[in-house]
Parts: sequence; structure tokens; C-alpha cells
Amino acid sequence: MSPWSGNDQKVPQGRLALVSYVFVVIVVLLMVGFWKLQVVQSGHFVDLAERNQIRSIPIIAPRGPMLDREGRVLVDSYPSFSILLMRDDPKALEKVLPQIEDGLGIEASDLQQQLDAAKTEPKFLPVIIKPAATQADIAFVESHRADLPVLELMMVQRRRYPHDSMLASAIGYVGEVSPQQLEDSDGHYRPGDLVGKAGLEREYNEQLEGKDGERRVVVNSIGKVMRTLDNVEAIPGKPVQLTIDYDLQAIAETDMADKQGAVVALDARTGEVLAMVSRPTFDPNDFAVRIQQQEWAKLNTDKQTPLLNRAIQAQLAPGSVFKIVMATAMLESKAVPESYSVYCPGYASFYGRTFHCWKPQGHGEVSLHKAIVDSCDVFFYNIGQRLGIDKISYYAMGLGLGRRTGIDLPSEEPGLMPTEEWVERVYHHKWYAGETISVAVGQGAITVTPIQLARMAAAVASGGTLVQPHLLKNMTTAKTAQFPLSDNTVEQVTQGLFGVVNEGGGTGYHLRLANIDLCGKSGTAQLMSYDAANRLGNKKMDGWFVGFAPRRNPEIVIAAIVQDTMEHGGEAAGPVVRDIVKAFYDKKTAHTQQQASLTAPAQPGPPQPLVATVGARRP
Amino acid sequence: MKDRPHTQDFDWVLLAIVAAITGLGLMEIYSSTHASAMAGLQWKQLMWLGLGVVGMFIISRIDYHTLMDQAPALYAFGVATLLIVLAIGKSQFGARRWVSLGGGPNFQVSEFMKLIIIIVLARFFAEVRTDHLSIRDLVKVALLTGIPVGLILIQPDLGTAMVLVPVAAVGAFLAGIEWKHAAVGLVLIALLIPVGWNMRHHLKPYQQQRIETFLHPEENPRSAGYQVLQSEIAVGSGGFWGKGFGKGSQNQLGFVPVRYSDFILAALAEEQGFIGVCLVLLLYLGLILRLVDNAQKAKDRAGMFIVMGVTAILGFHVLVNASMVIGYMPVTGIPLPLMSYGGSATAFVFLALGLVMNVRMRRFVN
Repeated sequence: MSPWSGNDQKVPQGRLALVSYVFVVIVVLLMVGFWKLQVVQSGHFVDLAERNQIRSIPIIAPRGPMLDREGRVLVDSYPSFSILLMRDDPKALEKVLPQIEDGLGIEASDLQQQLDAAKTEPKFLPVIIKPAATQADIAFVESHRADLPVLELMMVQRRRYPHDSMLASAIGYVGEVSPQQLEDSDGHYRPGDLVGKAGLEREYNEQLEGKDGERRVVVNSIGKVMRTLDNVEAIPGKPVQLTIDYDLQAIAETDMADKQGAVVALDARTGEVLAMVSRPTFDPNDFAVRIQQQEWAKLNTDKQTPLLNRAIQAQLAPGSVFKIVMATAMLESKAVPESYSVYCPGYASFYGRTFHCWKPQGHGEVSLHKAIVDSCDVFFYNIGQRLGIDKISYYAMGLGLGRRTGIDLPSEEPGLMPTEEWVERVYHHKWYAGETISVAVGQGAITVTPIQLARMAAAVASGGTLVQPHLLKNMTTAKTAQFPLSDNTVEQVTQGLFGVVNEGGGTGYHLRLANIDLCGKSGTAQLMSYDAANRLGNKKMDGWFVGFAPRRNPEIVIAAIVQDTMEHGGEAAGPVVRDIVKAFYDKKTAHTQQQASLTAPAQPGPPQPLVATVGARRP
Repeated sequence: MKDRPHTQDFDWVLLAIVAAITGLGLMEIYSSTHASAMAGLQWKQLMWLGLGVVGMFIISRIDYHTLMDQAPALYAFGVATLLIVLAIGKSQFGARRWVSLGGGPNFQVSEFMKLIIIIVLARFFAEVRTDHLSIRDLVKVALLTGIPVGLILIQPDLGTAMVLVPVAAVGAFLAGIEWKHAAVGLVLIALLIPVGWNMRHHLKPYQQQRIETFLHPEENPRSAGYQVLQSEIAVGSGGFWGKGFGKGSQNQLGFVPVRYSDFILAALAEEQGFIGVCLVLLLYLGLILRLVDNAQKAKDRAGMFIVMGVTAILGFHVLVNASMVIGYMPVTGIPLPLMSYGGSATAFVFLALGLVMNVRMRRFVN
């Protein structure tokens, strides 16, 4: 018999019972523990469980496209993926970073920089490490769902500018909503939302941006979507149809390709902007993803200011183009008789100073018509002296110079039309009469924007109707203002402007077009005084040409400026204006012929004589 | 008086409770895994249960006195195996996952060590033959227990190592430890905790992390505290009535860590609610009380100590596992006996129950 057998000792019944009681207490305590979680705090944990499994995935509404006047796409949006990096577990993240860098082709330093930049933000907010994922990137993320749960894909809508930098200055660009906008939006925007930052993207942001939808999904612990709970579709942004004519815009872009300056073409009757170019410019596609810090710095510090829309923001001396205003003021104010003429020896003296004519050998005897056609400075010096600055300002401002045109773009500049009162207010001294002589030929204190000059020319040729330039097609709020001019004034000034292009010796004679009444005025603004320019040997000039057609009640008006050129306005900027006008009428002719052939009898009749349809020339 | 032990003397009430618990376990294993890559895990568990029942039957046939005769050999074998595993295991299994999924030679050896320590300590306490444990006896108990505990601790398997302690503690209590000795022991443990706390930097990283996890579960919701927090969310969101079988989002979507094994009670709590948890806890209470009842009816002190060794281990498992699930104790990888999926853990429980049956069957045998 084993030494262990037999009831050798009494079994300690009391202590065994005590063990039982201890376990009863343990079970009761455990039940209390479960009660606390499951009954007392249940609501809190139900909430947490919901948040665990339900992800709200925003469905980004695509921004509305921008179309040209014929419905051709200038800007649109396309769906794309961004890659997010969850960084709520820094230690685990550290380990997988090399794999991520490798798989997505991101520089280690770049990734680290992005993580450092987000250090101050809450840990649960992921970082967008690749805003525009390629197919390979997406495949990488999808295939590593299990071992790289820190990566997440997010569908986004990207802005696409299929024609790259075409019309860029007017279109502007989009960018992430700024902290200030975020705050002001009262919950309308979420961090990372794209909003229009400049140009039309900003002006029509409200119309272009849609309403984001939301998809609520159930995800498992590794973030895989198991099923969709509900779907609130995104409402895409509305399209914005512009007044831009793609064909004319393309010609303007080509003509200005390697130049610095601006072009703006308006429908002279309505103010619709047909083309608008500013050079140098930028590619808004660079902003559509996430602009590289370097690129942004470059655009901002570039001395040539590519982000400036020169058509509405460059405030420049109008040079001889201002003579249109001078001629109008002379005739309207009747301060000088119509028959006034002056002898131009190539210079003239006023107030003890010598003012040169652009033509050193002089123009000889000059009347108003000849003065416009040949752009004689001496004639207009005299007119300026006789009118005085305030009268000149009255007509210039009446014709829209030195004030904003009200175009539907942000940040239009007003330019400046000086008056005696202005000089006293700003500089606290009397207006120097000699300044008036400079202003008379568009130099000195006066500055204008290209779009102001285009509108001014159209206003003069149409008897004083000032249109409101606009880029939005079917804009119902576009206003027109009247600055009535007498028919005689309009006739005489436009005859002069017709002569500039169509009379031998005119500064724009090389620009004449068959069958089209192209009128216009060149302008060449010195960047410094004649004397200073001669002294420094700097012959760089701003070359203007403002043209319109036909002569009375024009249909199209164009202002073009080529900056920093060695050529005079007629040569530098004139061809741009001519090309656009020609394209405008070629297109119109083609359209008319098409209409004619459409309405022609279906049966082939005898060949009809080809009639040159001349849209421009009117009896 | 019968002169031979008979299987019909098995504790059928106890086995009914065991069947109820394993039934609930199988159900929850099915619910947790049926929609995952591990679908069908309940059949594997059923197989382990079958093997366990066979093992229980076999071990019940070997008179526990015979087993106790072999105690020194068993102890030597157990310690030697632990040493061997330690030597090989260090190089092979150096980096263990911090939630053990079961399996692996380390784990198995430590499971057997549980059985061995029950038998060894039962023999030791039975040999004391008085109702008063001397200091010498206590030191011997401490050494007998401390050696395997230390060896398992450096494996490292904190959970299993801890499980051996209550066998000694409950045994000493029943063998008549003096209150002042017990008090000194408690004070020593109380003093050891801060020492251990200061030693924490010498712990394996996964152990440090577990402690961090336990102290600050919300700080790092993706990793360390993640498991405990997810477990608490599962339990809490289950509410009073539960979300229904197969309908627990925390469970079904995989937020609950090892939901079919160590955290199976969290999965059950989510789907069956407070009611389900109470049922499970009451079943375990019934199991423990029934075991104590068997101890009370044991023929001799040796049998009593064996049954109470089993009781101590099972009770400790339930206490630590359930506390872990609700965040009251750190994650130590201790499964819930009879419910958690796992081959060696299940085998241990049935072999231990086999010892209990062994004792019970022989209560009337001379």
C-alpha cells in the first residue's frame, strides 16, 4: 500500500470552504466589472464600436468644367487617387517607411520632410504622401493592405488644364483651402479641399465647386471595406461657359509665345472677352496636384511676374494710343478748332523745356487727321497745352481710363489718370504744367491697363458706349455706360484711325487687311525719358497696338502690348492684332458660307458663283 | 465498498458543466471565424476536445498514488525539458509574438509542467502530515515552485509562469500555513512588485509593451493599447442583451484580437451581452465549486491537494483571463480554459480533469 493512501489526515473542510467563498467573491467582482462596461458605460462603447467600423468616405464632387463660347473644353476635372499615410503609430511606421519609399518611389528625405511638417497636427490625421498616384502606386497599396495598413487610398478630383498654359492668367488656379478660408467658411470646407485661388477659378468658385457626397462604409480591422451603408452622391460643379473663342485665343497665344506682354480681344458691342493672353505665364496644371515649394517660390519671385495677368493688372503708360483720347477731347471740348494745324519740326518747346517728336526730322505741317495717322507728337503737345490736364482727364476717365472696367476677374488694377486735384492730394504740390505735355502723348503720370485701352477704343468708335468686359457667357448683369460723343467727333477720329492702317505712311500701314476695315493706333511708350534712354543706351520700349473693325460700331476690338521690345508698337504689337482680326473675319466668312450651303437646295443646281462674303465691310 | 474504480464514478455533474462551457466555446469559435480565413476552426477544436477526453480517461485509470510515487522523476523530467527547450528555444523562438496563439514546444512543455507541479506539490503537502507548515516547508515549496517558474519566466512566458504560483499558494493555505507566514509572504510579494517595476527595463520589449498597454491603453490606439481597448469596446458595446450570435461588429470585423482564443470572452460578451457573460461566469463558478466539492470528498489529503491544485490553476486562468478582457489586468496570454481555441491548453485542462476523476473514482476504493 502506497504511503499516500488512506485517510491519514483530516481534510481541512473549513479552508476548502473558504477557497470556494473566495472564488464566489471573484466571480461577483468580475460580474461587477462586466456590468460596468456592458451596462453602465455601454453607450460610450457602442459609440466607439460604431466609429471603429464605420468610415465616412467623402465623395469629392468634380469641379465644373470651363468651356469656350462654342462649348469646347478649356478646363475640366478627372478622378484620381491620393495615397494617405496613417501615422498614429510612429514606432510601427518607422519600420515600414523604407518599404513605402521603395514601393512608391518617394525619396526618404522627402517623406521625412512631409512627416516632420505634419508633426504638430493631431496624430489621427493622415498625411497625403502622394497626391497623384499612378496605376502602379495604386496596385502597390492594394497588394499590401495586410502588411502595410498604414497606407490608404483616397479618391480625389483633380483639375485638368488640357491646353496647359493657354488662357492661364485668366483661368487662374486652384489650391488647398487656406486656414483662414477654412475658418471663415463655417464648416463649408474641410482641410485639403480645393478652392479657386486666382482668376476665373476664384471668381466663379461658387458655381464651379460642387457639393461633396459621402459614402458610409463598414470596414474591418485592417480597413478593408466590407459593405456600403449608404451613399450620398456628389453633386458635380456647374460648367462655366466663357466668352473666349478658342480659335482666336490660340492665335493670340501663338503670336505672344516668346514675348512679354498682353493681348485682350473684346466683342466691341457686348464686352465679351474673345481672347486674353498675358506673357510670361504659368501652367495651372502645376497647381492642380500640389505645387512644389520650389516651383511656387520661382513663380512668385520671378522678376517677370508670371502670375500677373497683364491684360488687367499691368498699369502702363499708354503712349501714343492715348492720342485717340486727345483727339476726342479736342473735338468734343471744342477748345481747339477742328481746322487747327501745327508745323512739326521734330520738336517743340513748352515751359522752357524741349519735347521731341518721335520723328526727329519732323512731320511738317500737321492737321488732326495727319497727326493721328502719323502719330505726330508735336501736334498733340500743343493740343494738350491748350486743353489742360483736367479737361484731358475728364475725357480720358469718361472713356474709362484710370478706373477699373469691372471685368469679372479678381484683382483688376485701376491704372491712373492724373488730375490737378490728385497731385495736390497725393504729392501736396501744384500740378506742373509741363507734365500735361507728357500726358498728352500718353507718358508721364498716366497709366492704364490693356483692357482699358481696348474698351476706350471701342467706346470712341461706337459713339460713347462703354461696355463692361466680361468672360462669362450669357452674363445678365453686364452693364453698359454712355459717354455720348458727337457723330462728327466719332467720324473724324475713326477716319484717322482708319488712316493709320490703310493710308500709306500710317504707322500701321503694314497691318492692312483686304476687305476688312481694320482701324487702330500704335503706341510706343518709353520706359524712361528720351534723354535718359539716350544716355543709358537703353532703347527698350513698350509697344502698343489697339485695333478694331469695322470703322464704325466695331465688332471686335483688340489691345496688344509687347513689353521690353526694340520695336515700335506698330511693328511689335500690330501683327498680333491683325492676326486676331483676320481670324475673326475668316471664321465669320466660313460660318456664313456654311450657313449658305446648308440652306442651298438639296438638288445639285448649276454651280453658283463664289461670292466673297465680306462681313466687315458695310456700305 | 467497491474494490475497483469504475468509470461510472466519474463526476457527471462536473462533466455536464464542462460540456456546457466547451459548447459555448465551440459556438463562439464558430461565430468568430466562420466568415474568415480560419473558417472551420471549431472542428479542429472539437478534435482537440476529443483527444482531451481520451487523455482524461487514460489518466483517470492510473492511480494517482502511483503518479505521486513518480513525482521526483516527473519533476526532474519537467525541469530538464524546460532547460532543453530554453537552450534550443532561445535561438529558435527568441522573438515570440506577444499574444501567444498557442502551440510551439515552449508552450507545450510549460503546460505539462502545470500537471507535474500539481502532482509534486500535492505529494509534498501530503507528506507534511501536520496542520502547520514550518518555515523550512515553505522554503521548500518556494524552491520547488520557483525553479520551474523561473525557467518558464525566462522563456519568456510570463502568463504560464504565473499560473504555477496559485498551486503553491492554495496548497500552502490548505496545508495550514500560519497567518503570520502568509502575511510575511504577502508583504514580500508587495515589496517585489516595485522591484519588478524598476526591473521592467530589463524585460523583453513585448513585455514592456504589455505593461505600457495596461497602464495607458488609449495612448497608442493602433498598437499597444489597441488590443485591450478593442476588447473593452467589444465587451462594452455588447450591452445587456448582446448584439446577437454572429452579429458583433468588433468580433466579426476582426477588431477583437485573437477573438477565437485569448479574447474569446470579449467576443462572447459582445454577441451574448451581460447575460451571456453571467452564464459563462456562473458555469465557471459551478465548475470550481464542484471541484472543491470533489476535494472535500477526497479519500486522503493527497487526493485533496491534487484536486485543489487543478482548481487553483483553473480558477486563476478564469480570473486573469476575464480581468484582461475588461482591462483590469495586463495581457499575459492566458487563455480561458475550455473555451479558448488551442490544442495544448485544451489537452492540459482535460488531463487535469482526468486527475480529478482519478481521485474521485478512488474515494471508496481501499
